[in-house]
Amino acid sequence: MQRLGNVGLYRRRRFVNSLVLIGSLGTTLFGLFWLGWLLWTLLGEGLQYLNLSIFYQATPPPGSNGGLGNAILGSIVLTVVGVLIGAPAGVLAGTYLSEFARESRAASVIRFVNDILLSAPSIILGVFVYEVVVIHMGHFSGFAGSLALALIALPIVVRTTEDMLRLVPNAVREAAAALGAPQWKVTIAIVFRAARSGILTGVLLAVARISGETAPLLFTALNNQFWSHSLNEPIANLPVVIFQFAMSPYEDWQHLAWAGAVLITLTILLINILVRLFLKTPKSRY
Amino acid sequence: MNTKNAPGACTAVQNGKPDATPVLEIQQALDSRDQDCLEHKAKLSVRELDFYYDKSQALFSISLDILRNKVTAFIGPSGCGKSTLLRCFNRIYEMYPKQRAEGEILLDSRNILGPGENLNLLRAKVGMVFQKPTPFPMSIYDNIAFGVKLYERLSRVEMDERVEWALKKAALWDEVKDKLTHIGTDISGGQQQRLCIARAIAIKPEILLLDEPASALDPISTLKIEELIAELKQEYTIVIVTHNMQQAARVSDYTGFLYLGKLIEYDETSTMFTRPRKKQTQDYITGRFG
Repeated sequence: MQRLGNVGLYRRRRFVNSLVLIGSLGTTLFGLFWLGWLLWTLLGEGLQYLNLSIFYQATPPPGSNGGLGNAILGSIVLTVVGVLIGAPAGVLAGTYLSEFARESRAASVIRFVNDILLSAPSIILGVFVYEVVVIHMGHFSGFAGSLALALIALPIVVRTTEDMLRLVPNAVREAAAALGAPQWKVTIAIVFRAARSGILTGVLLAVARISGETAPLLFTALNNQFWSHSLNEPIANLPVVIFQFAMSPYEDWQHLAWAGAVLITLTILLINILVRLFLKTPKSRY
Repeated sequence: MNTKNAPGACTAVQNGKPDATPVLEIQQALDSRDQDCLEHKAKLSVRELDFYYDKSQALFSISLDILRNKVTAFIGPSGCGKSTLLRCFNRIYEMYPKQRAEGEILLDSRNILGPGENLNLLRAKVGMVFQKPTPFPMSIYDNIAFGVKLYERLSRVEMDERVEWALKKAALWDEVKDKLTHIGTDISGGQQQRLCIARAIAIKPEILLLDEPASALDPISTLKIEELIAELKQEYTIVIVTHNMQQAARVSDYTGFLYLGKLIEYDETSTMFTRPRKKQTQDYITGRFG
């Protein structure tokens, strides 16, 4: 110990070290505590109401039996259509930023605008679609809901696509260009292939994000008590049903709201696990 | 063609420009040694080439001839511009909007820096292998087929033959013939680099540019690459950039020494490494700087 030099200095360092360690552990536990509590309550209250009829019966009037089938179907339709609109546009825009515009002035403006869209409150996007689509159509519709969700998914996909494409080293692009491949071919055949799991991850994250969005759907898809899969009329969906049922005074509705909340949470959890799996698959090593 | 048997053709060289450009010096030096005709043997002729990274100039008035079916090496300390020079020959620098070259580079007496040049066709003619192995994220077979498919429509059988031919040329066939469907990143670094060479050869270029092709490899893989270069020069004009002077001495017929963006000396490799004319060259080669 003597040869290590100043013992006091060493003690002090150990003390500061444990202080920082305790501090960071404490804050981590603080964050996890609320998450744990939330999940505990959710599962404790909600799991008991999950049963098979939830999936195939439509939302009931108060006092009678029913499920969430129409809302589950509606949520799937809204999410799928929203992603089908938002993801391709997002992938293309991200590709433009990463492969074509790069450091140009246009690129930095687009990046900035995209970041604003990314952090815009979703209710504003809902109001926007309400103004632009719902008012002109004269009624709420699944299409308007999908559009609002697409606007939420879009900036997420743009961002992740660009980030993932930028991870592909320039050496690979140069190698492909050096064979005489035109840029579109380099981008599609080589760069996309190298970044595909990352791009897919971005799309899945967007799905996870929009599958729980409520605010924009209130102004657009609204809700529907009955089975409906038409994009041209109001469509049932889990978030708005939860919103409506949880606030209601009827106990059976509240139970359904719990069940719906558990369903959404588990779905998002599942998607996040899928994302992990995708990122884990052996990527090409660069 | 063998120009040694046609000394009459050499008169064209003698009436070059009267100003004392380095090219003339070299031409005269070479002409006086053996009566070879540079104009006829030159595959690439660089004339007054300047290169800029945005506003900073990286190459200053480079002029030289690169001879057909020879191996030409560029040596020099880091940042001297040797890779930059190489990257002008297939205009790969055009991928970056702020880089530009001025002057002339004649490929078979056609200026490839001209505005009408089709870059993709140029690059099909001038292949390039980079410092780090860059296998594409696809099978070994597809790595090679990718480039071929860009400019040729081959039947399955013809493509199989082409892939085998290229892999044999790159001395890789025996090691990968049983795993052509494996992804290109599955093989070792030395094998990956030979895969990249096979990929470049497969599209049958006329010139092969090698940018420090062995600097990321172990000695045995390096040896294989060097043997490969000696083999390939029968059919291709090869230009290699290397940090390693011994490598330049081993593989090349001609060597150019660059320093701070200028071509200091350019001569036959045997002369460069035994009787350099410039003191700077001598200092670099003997390890006194750089």
